[in-house]
Amino acid sequence: MGNYIPVTDAERERMKKTVGIADVSEFFAGIPEEVLLEGSLNIPEGVSELDVLRKFADISRKNVVFRSVFRGAGIYDRYIPAIVEYVTAKEEFVTAYTPYQPEISQGVLQSIFEYQTMICELTGMDVSNASVYDGATAAAEAVAMCRERNRNTVVLSEGLHPQVLEVIETYCFGSGMKIVKVPLKHGRTDTGLLSHMLDETVACVMIAQPNFLGQIEDAGVIGDMVHDAKVKFVMNCDPFSLAVLKTPAGYGADIAVGDGQSIGPAMSFGGPTFGYMACTSAMMRKLPGRIAGETVDTEGKRTFVLTLQAREQHIRREKASSNICSNQALCAMTAAVYLSSVGPEGLKTAALSSISKAHYLKNKINGLKGFESPECGEFFNEFVTHSPVEPHLLCDRLAKRGILGGLPLKGELEGYILWCTTEKNTREHMDELVEVLREVCGL
Amino acid sequence: MKLVFERSRKGAGTSYFPANDVEDRVLPEHLLRETPLRLPELSETQISRHYTKLASEVFGVNNGFYPLGSCTMKYNPRINEKIAALDGFRNIHPLQSDDTIQGALEVLSLAEKYFCEITGMDNMTFQPSAGAHGELTGVLLIKAYHHSRGDFGRTRIIVPDSAHGTNPATASMAGFTVVTIPSGKDGRVDIEALQAAAGDDVAGIMLTNPNTVGIFEKDILKITEIVHKAGGLAYYDGANLNAIMGIARPGDMNFDIVHLNLHKTFSTPHGGGGPGSGPVGCKEFLSRFLPGPVCVDEGGSYKTIMPAYSIGRVKSFYGNFLVVLRALAYVMTLGSDGIRTSCEQAVLNANYMKRRLEERFESAFAGHCMHEFVLTLAGLKKETGVSALDFAKALLDEKMHPPTMYFPLIVPEALMLEPTETESLQEMDRAVDVYMRLFELAHSDPEYFHTAPHTTSVKRPDEVLAAREPKLRYGFSE
Repeated sequence: MGNYIPVTDAERERMKKTVGIADVSEFFAGIPEEVLLEGSLNIPEGVSELDVLRKFADISRKNVVFRSVFRGAGIYDRYIPAIVEYVTAKEEFVTAYTPYQPEISQGVLQSIFEYQTMICELTGMDVSNASVYDGATAAAEAVAMCRERNRNTVVLSEGLHPQVLEVIETYCFGSGMKIVKVPLKHGRTDTGLLSHMLDETVACVMIAQPNFLGQIEDAGVIGDMVHDAKVKFVMNCDPFSLAVLKTPAGYGADIAVGDGQSIGPAMSFGGPTFGYMACTSAMMRKLPGRIAGETVDTEGKRTFVLTLQAREQHIRREKASSNICSNQALCAMTAAVYLSSVGPEGLKTAALSSISKAHYLKNKINGLKGFESPECGEFFNEFVTHSPVEPHLLCDRLAKRGILGGLPLKGELEGYILWCTTEKNTREHMDELVEVLREVCGL
Repeated sequence: MKLVFERSRKGAGTSYFPANDVEDRVLPEHLLRETPLRLPELSETQISRHYTKLASEVFGVNNGFYPLGSCTMKYNPRINEKIAALDGFRNIHPLQSDDTIQGALEVLSLAEKYFCEITGMDNMTFQPSAGAHGELTGVLLIKAYHHSRGDFGRTRIIVPDSAHGTNPATASMAGFTVVTIPSGKDGRVDIEALQAAAGDDVAGIMLTNPNTVGIFEKDILKITEIVHKAGGLAYYDGANLNAIMGIARPGDMNFDIVHLNLHKTFSTPHGGGGPGSGPVGCKEFLSRFLPGPVCVDEGGSYKTIMPAYSIGRVKSFYGNFLVVLRALAYVMTLGSDGIRTSCEQAVLNANYMKRRLEERFESAFAGHCMHEFVLTLAGLKKETGVSALDFAKALLDEKMHPPTMYFPLIVPEALMLEPTETESLQEMDRAVDVYMRLFELAHSDPEYFHTAPHTTSVKRPDEVLAAREPKLRYGFSE
């Protein structure tokens, strides 16, 4: 029923005449008969816009939107100023292609340039690309950047997000790079074990900051150790945390990567977000993906272009550093609009508020019998507690009260919950959570 | 145009966040940033105006004709944006328990059903975020399949020379060696060359069909047979699916794996470079290798599982979910009838423009095309000195986006046009008139082209300078 074809029936006849065909089936004469579809696709007939909207509104209501969220683990329920959504919904930004024609794409190119600058400011790194798919693929691309002829092993902290680890493993199944994992000790990368893993076959070491359990890693010690072994140091950082935390550049990282969901995009069931990638000038030509650069036009006017394209697949083909083509441009722009809107003070305010709330909540929850946290160090906005009740059962009970509880952990941390706070969690909501916990645990 | 940083004034920002309502907690000094964070400080008025100015220097599908070959820049229906903005989709966490995300899983399950039907596949993953990402996923499936049979000797992937650059780049990333086979004079795969390349060291072939010159591989069954007989798998690059959707299916051409570009064929917006979505479908014998989690329909309720021999995740969570959602809304709006009609119109539009332009221009390949076609300006360049690049730049003054330039690589001075089905006859006629006029002008005033564009806010950029002295971020006042 619905379609988006402007050509009328009468016009269609005229066009067919121009081309010299009686029926459009003539165009498909080159398709072998046994391949041509018999009948029509087994998909319902088209419906009106109103019907399709109703259908999806119904489906959307089968999802639970929690009024109070204490779950993070890579996706964060943050407040996004209204202006961000309006600006990024402008039709020009939404419907444009990759800016291959710079003369009519200065708006997109400049927005990428501005985004790159903001990422460099947050991370302290020299160079940023225009974004990749997400934080996990950014991590996998960073590993590939570090590979050298005799250095084919990557050392990964188990403090990385489990899904980041999984994606790197998948990419390494392709590239043939070997993975070694460093376990955690008291919630942080075990530096004693790490020191024994650094030999001349190691290409890079990657840690998360803050790590998956919310802990702030001793990145200074790790960075020095890694560089002493002439190994590349990759930090996977939540860009939001960099409003207050020491930058990866400050720790001597060669590459900084991470997921940008925390600085603009909505939770969106986990996608689309975007991955940022930034590195030192020395590694600039190994950075994958689009990069916008400043130059001048024939009249000497400041102009932005996609540059250093000699790295990319459409030029280098099988010798390219990565196959990436499309990225997450509109999500990266969302981050740029978010960061411009909240500004340095706003971002700092939200970060400090997130930290303070996490500490408040941790104390409150730890005050409940059976909820103590394991031994650990300083943390950002996530922390772990034990649960006296089976964590999934506990969260199901919380869900009935409109609260998304922390994430039940797996493996060695079975029985533990990873809690998260953001600037959106009020004292009232946190107190309510604690009361509900007390109630459902019969305390 | 000023950069957002150049508009910044200390203290000008708006505050959006409530004050902290619990005791302030400050982390130890040695963990804190040591350098100032130079983000811009702007009032909301300034933010709004800055981005409105930037938007005025962007050319989107809403601005005009966009016949970028291979990119399928069709209209992006706004209802899909509205659906993607629904609270129940936009504000859910991917790590919620399955019983609280039944709607999202229903979306993925329906999308799998419909896109498998369109492609002739049995199962599909929506984790890949773009076409190239789908290619990587697909080629890793090929690798996992051979390894599962204990066959580690298949180290080569066949790619025709007309392929997108992502194909060979993908094969390399997955640890394969690329075997490039030449195209015949008609732009199609050279069957003899393929036969010669296909051996027991071949893991598979990556193929776009219709190919990148807009021609259907009429020997497609022969091609997939040769690869299968050699023990390899056939991978379908879905970049050009708009040309055959509802007419023919890659699965029926005996392809084993398919990727789709939802941001091309299924109308989701390109966002100035992304986010896209590149779901990968496969035949049943490969389903156990798919990235997970995948969604399983258990008679009206849905759950997620990891396939038994999964290659692993290729992205966090469920991929670019809101993009998949938009594409599904599009498919349901069009329905089986609309999908076919859209395909037929896309092909008619391409043939109409090709026929009309051939009155002056030289087509790289004669005869009917599918959804796109390639002109070669080699003759024009020889006669007038006006190159494909010059011609494209002159089009920038005409309020229409130029075609894809210099692709495929096998055609000299190539301009590749794909009008899509969402363009009106009037706009296509206007475009043809402009092309004709410029063709004449190239003969009378070639200099006009060398200095084009003339009316844009910036003129041709110095790309050599950009690459030689990279300035990739704002330097502030230092």
